[in-house]
Amino acid sequence: MTTLLRAAELTRAYGPTQALRGVDIDVAEGEIVAVTGPSGCGKSTLLHCLAGILRADSGTVRYRDQDLNLWSEADRSRLRRTDFGILFQFGQLVPELTAAENVALPLLLAGSGRREARQTAVGWLDRFGVADLADQRPGAMSGGQLQRCAVARAMVTEPAVLFADEPTGALDVLTGEQVLNEIVGVARAQRTAVVLVTHEAQIAAYADREVVLRDGRVDATGLGIGVRS
Amino acid sequence: MSTPHVLLGLLVNGPRHGYDLKKAHDERLPQAKPLAFGQVYATLGRLERDGYVEQSGQEREGGPDRTTYSLTEAGRAQIDDWLAQTERPAPYVSSTLFSKVVVSLLVADADRARDYLIAQRAAHTARMRELTAVKTTPGAGLGDIVAADYAIAHLDADLRWLTTTLQRVADLHREVHG
Repeated sequence: MTTLLRAAELTRAYGPTQALRGVDIDVAEGEIVAVTGPSGCGKSTLLHCLAGILRADSGTVRYRDQDLNLWSEADRSRLRRTDFGILFQFGQLVPELTAAENVALPLLLAGSGRREARQTAVGWLDRFGVADLADQRPGAMSGGQLQRCAVARAMVTEPAVLFADEPTGALDVLTGEQVLNEIVGVARAQRTAVVLVTHEAQIAAYADREVVLRDGRVDATGLGIGVRS
Repeated sequence: MSTPHVLLGLLVNGPRHGYDLKKAHDERLPQAKPLAFGQVYATLGRLERDGYVEQSGQEREGGPDRTTYSLTEAGRAQIDDWLAQTERPAPYVSSTLFSKVVVSLLVADADRARDYLIAQRAAHTARMRELTAVKTTPGAGLGDIVAADYAIAHLDADLRWLTTTLQRVADLHREVHG
């Protein structure tokens, strides 16, 4: 399998708090990798660094063998729009726009025509079973519907990597499972790699592989807790 | 075990013979231990003796004669009673996993328990991944999904308990050894 993303020796601090202390991680094309670990272990920070939202203090993130740290903010921003899809727990849709407008947004930003963007957006909403909500605004939707629209928006540009930070965290168990199953199914069909941040073992079980973090480092034991003094 | 009640439940929708009951049992409870034929006939014998089922005919489909059984009124009432009873939460924890962690803490030290936990966690997560694949396979039946859910929930509970236990051991170790 070809390596798509490779991070080496990543460190990142927030003031005095060291969130990442030298993380190495590889993601292959089409691979689904779960990043797990207890609260505060650095998993969200890692996702933000891999997705180019945050710049690491040191270390490298290579995407298709190019060092993202050497790129300008404008280039990284363009990469996020074209090659990366990003999905958070909640709060990512623009409340004033309809579902179709929200999903079409990345396409419009990339220069697509309005009509074509809408058509593609509705197609993606349909793929997640929410095409009937195309003209509704987020305020009128349930948690599961909101998250399906958000996934459609993250996938609309057919990214090479989907970064998902606790994507089912705000949903009840059954809805979360359905949404995750749809994400994984579509990602596999599209050969989209997924970096899935979660603290739940049942969610991580959907991935091909699990990387456990502890105190800002990869914990090879997989425990995510410290025992040896 | 609730095998007699499962067999009664399978007879609710009409008479069946023993072979058919065994097949239906294994299909409905795909993650349970498959029923042995001997067990099916022995159970049917007891249910007949107690008046919960009765022989209702012979069936021949190119093979030997097969006796079909049907549910009696008393059998139907027995099913209703059983379903109406709340199961008592198990009074004692009984699992080899639990015993092993406790014993490893008794006879060895935190490191030993930790090594065991690392291996056990890997085995548990691998099994969870397998079961998740089973239930997300397109066309998976409700029986498979429900059974996989049940097993996954228990594995998840084990994992949480294992992690919490080891965290407690680590905290204690730190307190004692500074």
